[in-house]
Amino acid sequence: MSTTIEVPPVSPPAVPRGRRRNRPSGLLLYLLVRALLIIPTVFILVTLVFFLMRSTGDPITAALGGRLPADQLQERIREAGYDRPLLVQYVDYLGQIARGDFGRSLSDGRSIGEIVVTFGGATLELAVYALLVAFVVGVPLGMLAAKLRDRWPDATLRVLAILAYATPVFFAGLLLKLVFSVWLNVLPVAGRASTRVQIQFDSMPNPTGIYLIDAIRLGDGNAIGDVLWHAILPGLALGLLTAGIFLRLVRTNMIDTLGRDYIDAARSRGVGEFRLTRTHAWRPALIPIITVIGLQIALLLGGAVLTETTFEWRGLGFQIAQYLQARDFVAVQGMVVVLAIIVAVTNFVVDVIAALIDPRVRY
Amino acid sequence: MSAADPLAPPRVRGWKRLPVVRQLRQSVGLQRGMLVTGLVITGLFLLTALLAPFLAPYGYAQLQGADGRNFGAQVPPSAAHPLGTTVGGFDVLSRVIWGAQTALGAIVVAVLLSIVVGVLLGLVSGYFGGWLDRILVVVADAIYAFPTLLLAIVAAIVISGGQSSLGGGILAAAISITVVFIPQYLRVVRSEVVRVKSEAFVESARVIGSSSVRIMVRHVLRNSIRTLPLIITLNASEAILTLAGLGFLGFGIQPTKAAEWGYDLNKSVSDVAAGIWWTSVFPGVAIVLVVLGVTLVGESLNDLSDPRLRSRRRARRAAPAVATEPAP
Repeated sequence: MSTTIEVPPVSPPAVPRGRRRNRPSGLLLYLLVRALLIIPTVFILVTLVFFLMRSTGDPITAALGGRLPADQLQERIREAGYDRPLLVQYVDYLGQIARGDFGRSLSDGRSIGEIVVTFGGATLELAVYALLVAFVVGVPLGMLAAKLRDRWPDATLRVLAILAYATPVFFAGLLLKLVFSVWLNVLPVAGRASTRVQIQFDSMPNPTGIYLIDAIRLGDGNAIGDVLWHAILPGLALGLLTAGIFLRLVRTNMIDTLGRDYIDAARSRGVGEFRLTRTHAWRPALIPIITVIGLQIALLLGGAVLTETTFEWRGLGFQIAQYLQARDFVAVQGMVVVLAIIVAVTNFVVDVIAALIDPRVRY
Repeated sequence: MSAADPLAPPRVRGWKRLPVVRQLRQSVGLQRGMLVTGLVITGLFLLTALLAPFLAPYGYAQLQGADGRNFGAQVPPSAAHPLGTTVGGFDVLSRVIWGAQTALGAIVVAVLLSIVVGVLLGLVSGYFGGWLDRILVVVADAIYAFPTLLLAIVAAIVISGGQSSLGGGILAAAISITVVFIPQYLRVVRSEVVRVKSEAFVESARVIGSSSVRIMVRHVLRNSIRTLPLIITLNASEAILTLAGLGFLGFGIQPTKAAEWGYDLNKSVSDVAAGIWWTSVFPGVAIVLVVLGVTLVGESLNDLSDPRLRSRRRARRAAPAVATEPAP
């Protein structure tokens, strides 16, 4: 805590000026512009991925080259239309995506849309567990570190946060597996459910793919327990990585808000230290945190690919890894594009939330 | 920020002004502890990487000892193999040590490439503005929001050319990491350039007829790269993680070409379920240590460059604390 009185580095936001404006329409305009911005973002990524992937040649040669005779290979290439000029293929591809068709995997012939619907639930479920862990662990600890800044708890927590960031999520997963599944033998090694429960899910009508919801719909207490039991290690592995980032983020932003004049003002009015931290400093710190969480979702998806591979958690990331192994680049490209859209939309949602919380963002 | 310089500690000369050295002298207490720890770990990593041929008991692709007998697969730690052997019959210790070399190679190539390309693009984009600037910024933003690893996967597919063998694996991995980093450098340098180019000295240079290139290089660039050491350390740690992630997904470097920690971890997934711990723990710990060391350096530099986060000497030791406060 600095004893010197600082001149506020940033001029306080001019709130009164905004009051005159018609607030709802300002917000609507912001949302509209922000929503339209999704389109160029996705377009750029699609274009980039398309030309990058094509710059090495056609996907059929990549997948089957050397395994099929040359004439059959040519035949398949012609059938799939990969012998046409690149620009024609590109325009064609854009048209496909605009219609919501992301292509068909070469190795098992399933459409990307189908794959995403089948396995998206698993990835969503994992991401939610991980975010939950990250919030529960990262936010309170970050507040604690900011409050006890530069004392030993802060030092310990910061080193732990850096350690969480420095540990690759697949190594964390392997360590957790080694300790809890192999040595202590209390948690399952891999998978999303035991074989018995898995069979129940596979035979149920209209599964959501989110096993916890499916288990609740089955009304089977054992299945619910089994699903959660399987989710502990993957959720922890991915969640702790994110928790470290949250901790750092909350700490930095809280230090900033704790140094503001209104905190001193509140303290002089006799507001308790706990309330001071919980309400006065936390609320304003929340906005940058939410914005950065939007960026973390992209990181979370990347981490999901690795976590799912480590735990054989059959979600989108696991499938991408499978298709990579099979050199099925049509499927990889399709799924990467779908993930790009998911990321763009998520960022939009995060920005909307930030705008709803903080009026300053809208202008 | 720019106004802080006149109030900065009295000008020191020579090596004391070098980026890391300056911060080391500036740091106190806990922050100095973190910075020193980071520097020590990073130094050990550099030494290991450079001295790998002398430190490692065996080669990274060696399967037999001097007596011509195979090491054997998944042998527990013993006198001959202090950290055991892998499922492929390699010596774990040797591969961990040689892996440092691969990691260092990837970091150096990745950081150099992304600095050269990123700084150049950022400089041009920020200085000239206009439609080129807008396009670059929009593209950079789109890439920036995209999962790093997925982009690296796409880049790895492109660079490995759809072939299964990865010749020049380090280069391939480094380039895929570079693709991800360029937008970050572009954004940082561009925003600095935009700020610097409206300063009076740039205006004066233009008035006396300096060429654009000269202004860009001499006046703008030099004043725009102060934050780079920080980003470099942060990106170096990300480079290791991305390299390991690619290796773990099977885009690694072939074991006969080089030792790579992510590849070894990939091969150890099935070992773990069987209780064989030494094949995964040691390469994993190596990654953690290196990233930890580099990140500690980066974090400390970040804290020291940000006056709000910098811890100051206690008032009783340095009484005129107010005088050294950066101006608003």
